[in-house]
Amino acid sequence: MTLKYAYYPGCSLNSTGVEYNQSAKAVAKHLGVQLEEIDDWNCCGASAAHNTSHLLSIALPARSLALSEKQGLDVAVPCAACFNRMKAAQVEVRESKEMKQTISEVIGMEYEAKYEVKPLLDVLVNDVGLDKIKEAVTRPLTGLKVASYYGCLLVRPPKTMCFDDVEDPMTMDNLVEALGGEPVDWSYKVECCGAGHSTAKPSVGIPMIRDILKNAKLNGANCILTACPLCFLNLDMRQKEASQLHNETYELPVFYFTQLMGLAIGYSAKELFINKHFVDPMKLLEEKDIFRHPDTRREKA
Amino acid sequence: MFIISQAYFCIISTIYKTVFIIKKNNSFKHGRGGRMLEEFDISYQLNDSAPIKKQIEELSGEQVKKCYQCGKCTAGCPVAFAMDNPPRKILRLLQVGLAEEALESKSVWICATCETCYARCPRGVDIPRVMEAVRILAKKKGIVPEKNINYFNDLFLKSVKSNGRVHEMGLIVMYNLMSMQPFKDATLAPKLFLDGKISPFPHKVKNPLEIQRLFERVREKEEGGHI
Repeated sequence: MTLKYAYYPGCSLNSTGVEYNQSAKAVAKHLGVQLEEIDDWNCCGASAAHNTSHLLSIALPARSLALSEKQGLDVAVPCAACFNRMKAAQVEVRESKEMKQTISEVIGMEYEAKYEVKPLLDVLVNDVGLDKIKEAVTRPLTGLKVASYYGCLLVRPPKTMCFDDVEDPMTMDNLVEALGGEPVDWSYKVECCGAGHSTAKPSVGIPMIRDILKNAKLNGANCILTACPLCFLNLDMRQKEASQLHNETYELPVFYFTQLMGLAIGYSAKELFINKHFVDPMKLLEEKDIFRHPDTRREKA
Repeated sequence: MFIISQAYFCIISTIYKTVFIIKKNNSFKHGRGGRMLEEFDISYQLNDSAPIKKQIEELSGEQVKKCYQCGKCTAGCPVAFAMDNPPRKILRLLQVGLAEEALESKSVWICATCETCYARCPRGVDIPRVMEAVRILAKKKGIVPEKNINYFNDLFLKSVKSNGRVHEMGLIVMYNLMSMQPFKDATLAPKLFLDGKISPFPHKVKNPLEIQRLFERVREKEEGGHI
């Protein structure tokens, strides 16, 4: 059975999150998941919209969702923030007829909220199934100690998101195990990275990033896994700035979960855009011989 | 010698504590001390606060009286360290009729809407929605204690309004200019540019006018009283 979804990439996946888009498409195709991009989708408004107007924060994602209904498919959303806003819009429209009417008037088309909105993580791990993923692995990620970082918006608020455990989600940890890596048990998996504060209020945002990196390091991780382009940007691009706060070095490469899936399946670093990170992951990947067939790795040969 | 000095210290601190307790009790009798009563008329502020509280409750769809002040929200708040009035206190200010003080708080701008408080609240109060409502109302009244966060939000929406999608490079350049820090993150730009992560050209929807109309209709609805 082929799995087919309407795909909402969101703004970041065409700019600062190109690695996520690239690796997601490659891995989905490999695992037999068809992602059909929503025609003429628009920005979900992220946190700027709901900081300014509640109605706008529902209307913006509702327009893209209404467009996706023409495809007659459930929607897969890679970005955690987009997923959060789209799910919030879907739930509000489902719960209130009045809101449904207002939204239809504002976006100039009908939005029925008939189809599901899912995070891409849910689609690629739970809908595909860990067994199928295990079968696809050709280069197990032995030696990678992975701190899976879920952040806020995938799991909270639990009443609306309905995805995994709110305090101790395990989807990515189980995935890491299936890929042959070692999931790290740590305390900051659902802490906030500060989102846009790293730009608009660095005195608040940067220490938040530092705490996450520090906790991952203290618990023995040698890399971090994310499912959100903003979390990725904060942890990767701002890592240098965060480490300078206390003159520490973390050297923690950050990956999208789709990149680690791609690596384990057998894609090259270039195909997954692993060469575009700020904290270069190649040193770690080469040290652990990830690119070699398991039988020819140094510890075995 | 050491024992004598310890005993002396104990006596002095006991006397000090007793005096302090008597003073504190007295201040209880006369409200919050004479000086405070001279400075502002609390009854005036309480009356003034009622309509603001009502507006916040309407905007957020939440009743502030539900909160029983356990403090779990503030204990788990990742940005409480940078707040003047953490979430529990914002709710308390609204409950006791000091809404003006809530409106002037930096906290509502610092709140990152991470939803941790809402996920943990034993009374199920949607605190982020309350913070959001306070922020929206404060902005309407022209109270913006965190200018840069406000610029960032405004520019973000402006970018969405004109293109239908966010143009990250345009947003950051404009933000740096508006916030008077033109070279912020300038060292990161070359790598982002070479990796194809930022571009001087925005991605657009087919017809950006459609998005502009959406913004207009939202504004019309809100002016007509829609929440």
